[in-house]
Amino acid sequence: MSDEDQDIILADLDDDELVQQMFDDLYDGLKEEIEEGVNILLSRDWPPYRVLTEALVGGMTIVGQDFRDGILFVPEVLLAANAMKGGMAILKPLLAETGAPRVGGMVIGTVKGDIHDIGKNLVGMMMEGAGFEVADIGINNSVESYLAAIEEHKPEILGMSALLTTTMPYMKVVIDTMIEQGIRDDYIILVGGAPLNEEFGKAIGADAYCRDAAVAVETAKEHVARKHNKAAAG
Amino acid sequence: MTSPLETLLETRDWLLADGATGTNLFNMGLSSGEPPELWNVSEPAKITTLYKSAVDAGSDIFLTNSFGGNAARLKLHNAANRARELSRISAEIGRNVADRADHKVIVAGSVGPTGEIMAPLGQLTHELAVEIFHEQAEGLKEGGADVLWVETISAPEEYIAAAEAFALADMPWCGTMSFDTAGRTMMGVTSAAMVTMVEKLANPPLAFGANCGVGSSDLLRTIQGFAAQGTERPIIAKGNAGIPKYVDGHIHYDGTPELMADYALLARDSGARIIGGCCGTMPEHLRKMREALETQPKGEKPSLEEITSRLGAFSSASDGLGDDEPTSTRTNRRRRS
Repeated sequence: MSDEDQDIILADLDDDELVQQMFDDLYDGLKEEIEEGVNILLSRDWPPYRVLTEALVGGMTIVGQDFRDGILFVPEVLLAANAMKGGMAILKPLLAETGAPRVGGMVIGTVKGDIHDIGKNLVGMMMEGAGFEVADIGINNSVESYLAAIEEHKPEILGMSALLTTTMPYMKVVIDTMIEQGIRDDYIILVGGAPLNEEFGKAIGADAYCRDAAVAVETAKEHVARKHNKAAAG
Repeated sequence: MTSPLETLLETRDWLLADGATGTNLFNMGLSSGEPPELWNVSEPAKITTLYKSAVDAGSDIFLTNSFGGNAARLKLHNAANRARELSRISAEIGRNVADRADHKVIVAGSVGPTGEIMAPLGQLTHELAVEIFHEQAEGLKEGGADVLWVETISAPEEYIAAAEAFALADMPWCGTMSFDTAGRTMMGVTSAAMVTMVEKLANPPLAFGANCGVGSSDLLRTIQGFAAQGTERPIIAKGNAGIPKYVDGHIHYDGTPELMADYALLARDSGARIIGGCCGTMPEHLRKMREALETQPKGEKPSLEEITSRLGAFSSASDGLGDDEPTSTRTNRRRRS
């Protein structure tokens, strides 16, 4: 590291430089620096929603792209997401006050018996970063707990993840139950997890398979927009 | 004392491991989401059938039905306190099958990941991980496993914790990781990095390698990555039988027995000495793999082009080892010190 790389004073940077620096700091998972950057932008009268979209979501988009392309891996993305969470904690109450536009809602959970929820957590954080309201119902979810959660939160999207070939068929159990109850088409169902693929997602009746968190955000936005258009047209 | 697996490795150039556990158990009526380990107690005849089907198909090694039999996983089913018992019984059933087999068969006590993220990134401490693995290891040892076999690991920290636990149980072991993300493990470990880690362990495994992941082509690229490090340690290849598809209410893997036979030969030519399957690998696959390994001579190391032309394309262009690594979209970064 050369000397000029050190001692960056965030408050001395102009808006554009600061946002660029926050992209770097998110990439490097520097939570305190992100919190500081968010506070500086707010003090410069940036609306909270602008801080969210331009600085945090912008930065996480880069992280998501490099994750998708095999440049970053889970440890780095977890650190980045953690840094973003720090910024989000500051913005969340302000966003609620200022009535920022609502992109959509999502209930997300890992199916019963599965091994871990690392991927699901990443999707949840990235979705939140993209402006979605996310209700994370954790791991080990039965059909009943998925249904109770969508009843409670009334989201546009239901997200399910499975990391094991032994648990992935359970997603179909959930979707089949929703079909039986006549509520399947009320939701956009997105599925993901290491052993899944697009064909599998289709075969079990999901709206889309998302290969990673970045794709999940893009897909969610697309489907929500499509749903809104349909509602407007109909 | 030389362990049975070491003895077998001394006398044979290659060994056939087993295939899938989950896929086979589904076919016997296990429902998705239910822990397979409970069947060790409630359906022991089916577990015997599972093991026997691998042995009858020619496997020299089979893994016990204990992949999720650690306290961290079983707690999802309110059975955390049964880790040692369920692991022990999985091995007892295995011992019984192996001792009646018409050829020498190794009972490998399967140990899967905890499912937790290890500290400092996550909550699971090294000490607790060792304790969880140690408990399961003792159960498998009591049940008569010849060797412990940790598999589908993503994080180096977890592999290291398992190694330490197996030393506490005073058991020989093997360990594979799952390379499913752009040729690396989910946590970013390359095949070369795994070799370095394995060779630094205080009690290294008898054999190490890769299992599961995505498709058999990717897995063989990983095997070649291990072999390129010049390790003398036996390498394990346990790839999936193609990729999962959903057909008529069942998960079906699209890899045919013929394809898996081809995979087995390519795995041996790539440097693997213990060759088996993972998800979707059924007894009919194992039979063809055995037949191929027995009837065909070992060949030259196949090129990556040959692997893809015989088994299908890679899921990612690179495996993290070459010069053609993808580069970040983030350029001109001002790194902090």
